[in-house]
Amino acid sequence: MTTKRKIRVLIAKPGLDGHDRGALFIARALKNAGMEVIYTGIHYTPKMVVEAAIQEDVDVIGVSILSGAHTTIFEKIFRFLKEKKAEDIPVIAGGTIPPDDAEELKKMGVRAVFLPGTDTADVIRLVEKIVH
Amino acid sequence: MAKMDKEIMDLLNDPKSSKVLATIGADGFPNAVPVQSLAAVDERTLAFTVVAITKTKYNLLENAKISAVAYQVPPKGCQVKGAFTGFVTSGEIFDRMSAMIEKVLKIKVYEVGIIDVVDVFPLQLGKAPEAAPEKAVTISDVEVKPLYTPADISDLNYSRDLGYPGNYPFTRGVYPQMYRKQPWTQRLVSGFGTSEESNERLKYLTAHGETGLNVVFDLPTHYGLDSDNELAEGEVGKEGVPIDSILDMDSLFKDIDLGNVSTSLITNYLTVFSYYVAVAQNRGIPIEKLAGTTQNDACTSFAGAKVAVVPIRPHMKLSLDIVEFCARHMPRWNPVSVVGYHYREKGCNAIQEIALTLCSGIAYLNAGIERGLSVDQFAPRLSFFFGAHNDFFEEIAKFRAARRLWARIAKERFGAGDPRSWRMRFHTQTAGCSLTARQPMNNIVRTTIQALAAVLGGTQSLHTNSYDEALALPTEESVEIALRTQQIIAHESGVTSTIDPIAGSYYVEHLTNTLEKLSWEIIEKVDKLGGMIEAIEKGWVENEISDASYRYGRSIEKGDRVIVGVNRYERPDENITIKLLKIDPALEKKQLQRLEKARSMQNGRTVKSALEKVKQSAKKNENLIPAVIEATQAYATIGQIFDVFRDVYGVVKWR
Repeated sequence: MTTKRKIRVLIAKPGLDGHDRGALFIARALKNAGMEVIYTGIHYTPKMVVEAAIQEDVDVIGVSILSGAHTTIFEKIFRFLKEKKAEDIPVIAGGTIPPDDAEELKKMGVRAVFLPGTDTADVIRLVEKIVH
Repeated sequence: MAKMDKEIMDLLNDPKSSKVLATIGADGFPNAVPVQSLAAVDERTLAFTVVAITKTKYNLLENAKISAVAYQVPPKGCQVKGAFTGFVTSGEIFDRMSAMIEKVLKIKVYEVGIIDVVDVFPLQLGKAPEAAPEKAVTISDVEVKPLYTPADISDLNYSRDLGYPGNYPFTRGVYPQMYRKQPWTQRLVSGFGTSEESNERLKYLTAHGETGLNVVFDLPTHYGLDSDNELAEGEVGKEGVPIDSILDMDSLFKDIDLGNVSTSLITNYLTVFSYYVAVAQNRGIPIEKLAGTTQNDACTSFAGAKVAVVPIRPHMKLSLDIVEFCARHMPRWNPVSVVGYHYREKGCNAIQEIALTLCSGIAYLNAGIERGLSVDQFAPRLSFFFGAHNDFFEEIAKFRAARRLWARIAKERFGAGDPRSWRMRFHTQTAGCSLTARQPMNNIVRTTIQALAAVLGGTQSLHTNSYDEALALPTEESVEIALRTQQIIAHESGVTSTIDPIAGSYYVEHLTNTLEKLSWEIIEKVDKLGGMIEAIEKGWVENEISDASYRYGRSIEKGDRVIVGVNRYERPDENITIKLLKIDPALEKKQLQRLEKARSMQNGRTVKSALEKVKQSAKKNENLIPAVIEATQAYATIGQIFDVFRDVYGVVKWR
């Protein structure tokens, strides 16, 4: 008999941003939906995020940014993912991200951008869809 | 056509039920009569016999509309609306009805009326408002009754619990005249790009009637990193204005008379404060003339805003340096703005917000006394900072309860004798966390309600959020509406005409008492944990907030709380099309040039010796402000000064 592995998600807060309400909320919601969640805490560098994702063998990286530094940070995350040959790990984003920037992030490879007020059920559904 | 269910048919056919038929008279008056013979023939048909109900009969021949009610005590009942179709004198229904009536009522039946059922209503009888089907609660889960009366505040003692404005316990406000003398200070947080763009924004707001300045710094500045630090990349000028050196502080306040303005500096370290004081000194302004506030709250730096560089104990020491410095040299400066806002933004409720703020205030009173100051030497200059969330009356009650509690704490627990020490003066910011990315214009209305609560709660200064801030920093257009919101409240609404107009409301006074009691229970819990600093170190504060945040968030997702445009009245096809502020990436490069310029102005030997002086001063546990001011005047960068702190005190480890 095979047991299906639980979906593993890294919730990361890269950069200097201290707004962690959303990250903590989504981490708890995913956990309650039966997923394994690894939360980085604040002040991870993009490099540390990628390393943690590989080390923890996660299925999805969720990145929360409310500082306005999203463009630079995602560029770096994708650069490090490529360097480590881990581009196949899907990345999703959440935070105060203007629609134009969200489009730019999607071009970089971000699968979805969630704004304040998102229902966690939508995030859970998306993560399940990406993984399965 | 509606159908009756079995329960309703049983009720209609139960001889124990009382039954009434109502018809409409030719004169338009309803005519209701008891008709004990009323019965349900099948699920779509009612029947009754006509015995001495002539009026009903005549009415039905004119107007077929009929309403039938059957009910019992204890309350149980139904109303059936129908259309009268005529009388029958023979047939199956006639036989069944007449047999039943003759048996039960012992009378002869000549004709039976037939009603087609149109609508069926089960009745909710005899329920008092107290047992209203849905419980109402405030945002902080305090139960709210449908009605408050004098009985709810029967033990309220005016002089003990409220007092006159400007008098202990200050429930009605900290000044005798409040807004009759002077409206609150309108302060909108500003800061982005470089000091030049931010200076433009400050002047723009002042030109449009803003009455105080409120500057926020970018994250590298908060963390004591020069703008060219690797960790600063992409963050420069994004969440505030970058200050790398005294040149930036000087250009931030270009054309602004520092001796004649009140400035709030949203910073938690003495470094930014020292740059500001140094600029004033360089301009020849006596520092005792400087008016304003530094946030400078060690507690929020660790458990709220999470902006800290060195561990909490040395952070507190540096924070106290400002308290002590101001107590001795800057009487018009509020050295600490004790923060509750950030805890609320992280998701705690109003009760926790009061408690955590006051616990931080207590930590500061203790620390100041330990530093060797008498409580009356510095308590009068402590100020506070709250949020204003969506629940209008709860927010008003929150401000009143917090003021009363602080007065009692300062007087009774700390034995402060100067009435100014008992006064809780506070700044309010409308709740950023309540802003929605969807249907962003609705945020103008939310902010208005929140701002009005802050004003009715007696705030001393106010920041109103702009409608676009769930998406980006505000534009000039959006920030102008935020400012106008305050001006409309101040000058059009009439709420400033009388002092504390809300006092005496049965509900608000009762809620004020409730919030006071509930937050006091949390304060006692924190006392038992050893005080606010210990509670933070143990992780207790963050856990409490995180739990509350999750409960609140889930209550929205479950639809228990309505957020217009988010979980009710959504527009699924919505595209966000409002104009947003874009921070030109070139500004980061411009800031790097400004930093290089400051470095080029340094005299190697002078700056080195100034930094060494800061280090020695830190090692000797002296007040660092004089040494740091000297370093800033030698063009030391923020990174260089913080490197000394990091070296001497170590670096904070986030859990």
